[in-house]
Amino acid sequence: MTRVGIVGIGHGRFGRRSDATVQELAFEAFREALGDAAIGREEIDAAVIAAVPEYHKQRSLTGVIMEYLGLNPKPAWLTEDACASGSAAVRTAWMAIRSGLHEVVAVIGAQKMTELATPEILALMGRVGEVQWESIFGTTFPGYYAMLARRHMHDFGTTKEQLAAVAVKNHYYGARNKQAMFQREITLQKALSSPPVASPFQVFDCCANADGAAVVIMASEKRARKISDRVIWLDGLGSATTSMSLLRRPTLTSLPSAVESARQAYEMAGVGPGDIKVADVHDCFTIAEILAYEDLGFCEPGQGGRFIEERQSYLGGKHPVNVDGGLKAKGHPIGTTGVSMTTEIVKQLRGQAGERQVEGADVGLTHNVGGNGQYCFVHVFKKE
Amino acid sequence: MFSWFGKVNFTPHTKVGRFADYLKDGRLMGSKCTRCGRTDFPPRADCPECLSGEFEYTDWSGRGSLMTYTRIDAAPTGFADMVPYIIGLVKLEEGGRLVAWFGESIPEAEIEIDMQLQVVPRVFGEIEEIKVYYTLEKPGTTWNKTPA
Repeated sequence: MTRVGIVGIGHGRFGRRSDATVQELAFEAFREALGDAAIGREEIDAAVIAAVPEYHKQRSLTGVIMEYLGLNPKPAWLTEDACASGSAAVRTAWMAIRSGLHEVVAVIGAQKMTELATPEILALMGRVGEVQWESIFGTTFPGYYAMLARRHMHDFGTTKEQLAAVAVKNHYYGARNKQAMFQREITLQKALSSPPVASPFQVFDCCANADGAAVVIMASEKRARKISDRVIWLDGLGSATTSMSLLRRPTLTSLPSAVESARQAYEMAGVGPGDIKVADVHDCFTIAEILAYEDLGFCEPGQGGRFIEERQSYLGGKHPVNVDGGLKAKGHPIGTTGVSMTTEIVKQLRGQAGERQVEGADVGLTHNVGGNGQYCFVHVFKKE
Repeated sequence: MFSWFGKVNFTPHTKVGRFADYLKDGRLMGSKCTRCGRTDFPPRADCPECLSGEFEYTDWSGRGSLMTYTRIDAAPTGFADMVPYIIGLVKLEEGGRLVAWFGESIPEAEIEIDMQLQVVPRVFGEIEEIKVYYTLEKPGTTWNKTPA
């Protein structure tokens, strides 16, 4: 089977970027990715844009990005799967390359959320729940994950301190990531005394809306080997969906789409959870990272709270997770996030993560969730 | 067109639109497929089992138990005037689930997962714009229908 590899990565600064348009944000990451791959624009055959369009004043983002990046007349299209749009784009790029239609594809995650006020964003995101039967009661995105957290606490004894410990870890690593929105450590006390959002969540249980872009350049095995001598291979892809509404969810203490995505990705890559040396997971809320530990098989169901308490997801632990700061500290420009995760795992497998480097990382994983579990993508990457 | 049931609810303009009419009369209705007999709450026009589009409404008791809940302090656009409000996810005795606010009969301190609840249809001018909805109340709570 011919492989598909990542040959270039670029990552802009995440945060409140009132200094730049969305296409200017895309350019930051694109310039870096081209330099990283040491190729020219003319070598790119197509682009997949990852963004959630409703946050932008600009309609049909793909057009403005292609023009500003100077990629016309190459073909381009948008992928949207809520917060998993980035990984959906990586998956479609893989498909485009494996089909033989394109040799080199740029995946461009670009999102500018802060053109809207927070209550408007909460309303839009809340509608990623089911609008007919749920949103009329003022459900919010934090509210959905909060309800999953509440049930996890009830069933397994997970504590608010364990939830907060996820935020403490991710801020610790965010303080060591120059592209992160929040580059400072926090204490457990600070997290536990922050204002309420949706019980049991407080401000520090939630990631922040952010602006930012990330780019990965993917290529067929033949072209990848010509372009680069440090290709990172995308060898396992898993993806699944689950019910839009909580009204028809088979479980409230796991994301079934994540469990199924992981199963597929492990099988395709011929690895198991024990082989994963480093992972970037979708910690939009603290409980989401705890569910990810369990859904990915890093620990037993219900044991995620203990996993973080024992610092198993820190560098040196059993499975280092989100040692780039995760969504929590990096910020969550929703369309970009899956692409950002991919750049981090590529860095880790190349051995370029600096003080955040996981020693001997040869197999890594991304876990990108859309909505509150409606969509999930798990990708397994290998170093040669 | 979306104004009379819930803040933005459009159920009156769907194939299960009569759900809202029944609710106004104090009845909480699910759907029953007239071909295979499958029942659903919330009601749905199209059977996910046998694919039939023929259904009838059937009464739900509104009795259920609390699966999980959250107190919303950071509200989305349109709900700021209600903060804080508590949303519960309820497993209904006859099957299915619903999401609703807690009503006045249950103070926050008394809320516990797995507690028994009664879903009570309501028609009100008490919350502007919302004419028909339902709340989660103590078992035995009846609907005090207020003249529209």
